[in-house]
Amino acid sequence: MTAFWQDPITFLRLWLENLLLSWGVSERWVLLIRYAVGAILLATAALLFVILQLWLERKLIGRLQDRLGPNRVGPWGLLQPIADVLKIFTKEHITPAGADRVPFNLAPVLSVAAALMVWAVIPFSATVFGADLNVGILYLLAVGAVGEIAIILAGWGSNNKYALLGALRTVAQLISYSVPMTLSALVPVMFSGSLNLNAITRAQEVWFIVLAPLPALIFFVASVAEVGRAPFDLPEAESELVAGYSVEYSGLKFGFFYVAEFLKAFTVSLIFAVLFLGGWRGPGAEAYPVLGFVYLFLKSGAVYLLMILFRGTLPRFRIDQVMDLNWKVFTPLALILLMVIALVDYFLRGGLPLVRVLVLLGVNTLAYIVLDRLLSSRERVRRQPVAQPVRPVARPENLINPTETGVAS
Amino acid sequence: MLSTWLYVGIFTLVAVALPAIAIFLAGLLAPKKPNPIKEATYECGVETVGPTWTQLRVQYYLFALVFLIFDVESVLLYPWAVAYQQLPLFAIVEAIIFLAILLGGLFYAWRKGALNWQ
Repeated sequence: MTAFWQDPITFLRLWLENLLLSWGVSERWVLLIRYAVGAILLATAALLFVILQLWLERKLIGRLQDRLGPNRVGPWGLLQPIADVLKIFTKEHITPAGADRVPFNLAPVLSVAAALMVWAVIPFSATVFGADLNVGILYLLAVGAVGEIAIILAGWGSNNKYALLGALRTVAQLISYSVPMTLSALVPVMFSGSLNLNAITRAQEVWFIVLAPLPALIFFVASVAEVGRAPFDLPEAESELVAGYSVEYSGLKFGFFYVAEFLKAFTVSLIFAVLFLGGWRGPGAEAYPVLGFVYLFLKSGAVYLLMILFRGTLPRFRIDQVMDLNWKVFTPLALILLMVIALVDYFLRGGLPLVRVLVLLGVNTLAYIVLDRLLSSRERVRRQPVAQPVRPVARPENLINPTETGVAS
Repeated sequence: MLSTWLYVGIFTLVAVALPAIAIFLAGLLAPKKPNPIKEATYECGVETVGPTWTQLRVQYYLFALVFLIFDVESVLLYPWAVAYQQLPLFAIVEAIIFLAILLGGLFYAWRKGALNWQ
């Protein structure tokens, strides 16, 4: 029997199981009840976590933009998202005339469900994981695609040309970025020899980001694009388009698209932490599984903070730049890296681990340098110097004198 | 093995049910005062012209096709990646040739301009 402070969740699980068994519930039903309770708790926790995330993101973006962020409701504005949720909960649901009601109402539900379903297979610690699926990564990729269906449904159901167009643009971006994402997710699978997320975590004696930094970078950027966050937030570029596919939504239905976006952002950080940062691994995580939670959330939190930093610092891409980055840089690069790593790692089999790490790092660095050269040489060709008039700079000595320029005041 | 899929099934039901119940409850709480202006298609005040479900550019279709090729291909590669640690050099070189053919296909599509967003 494990102690409570060693592994609280397993402790509670065993307690619940023993309680039910002592009541005379049959084994099958105990399993079913355990799964149902686990699923409901995990899904609710994930949705509640979004509330904290909303606060964190608004506060940090506020700081990055030299604002205070929410600071009125509760200490440090902590209760602001709760106030927002309560407000949006009481807003009217407007269904546009001529909307296709089934897809229109299904879309926000599916969009949240797609982000939530990923949580079913994430290993949270050495002993706590939802489903120990032996096709974990394929499940992740398949479930991720459900979100795209939700977007198409939203665009189609709204009976609005802009919503439909926005949905198509979004899906074009999302499906494009899922190609390098899938290809770079192959690298951890190759190294660990399993699709099972728990096995991948256990195989990371050395974090895979050290063995394969470039695929990790591709995976990270592709997953930022996959979530549709800045700088890839063309789907709902609020200063350029109306809201894209969610233009006709109001009330909680709109709110759920928002929730789905934030939930997806944290979910891809979790996936990145599991695939490349060693998941729950860390000192003492095997003996004290509760530490696994801490490590996993620290790692995915770090990835998430990086995404917030992206959002706070980078300007938005144009759609053709987004597509070029994907199809003309990431996809060929991921294919070439896959070939090179497969070949190099074969010859390093059975060698010293340190040699393997160093050689793979070297290969990645070399690939990065070649890529950088290629890109900058292309950039030089494209960027012709254009003659520009000297722009007057607002300085005391440059003040335009109305008498000199001949403009009568 | 079957029981892990049972968990996935239960989780899927929960994941669909939670937002659905929330939206249903919000729908009960929210005011309902529909009028024709409010329900009109939102195009920033301009009235919409013609049917909504119009023809769209073929470009999206092209990207979907290229995506399909690469997605099917990467799914094909997953079994190879799982077995990678046990594979002989022959099988690895074969996979590399497969990838090289795909890369050729990508460059062909690039050359033909299928990857240019207009």
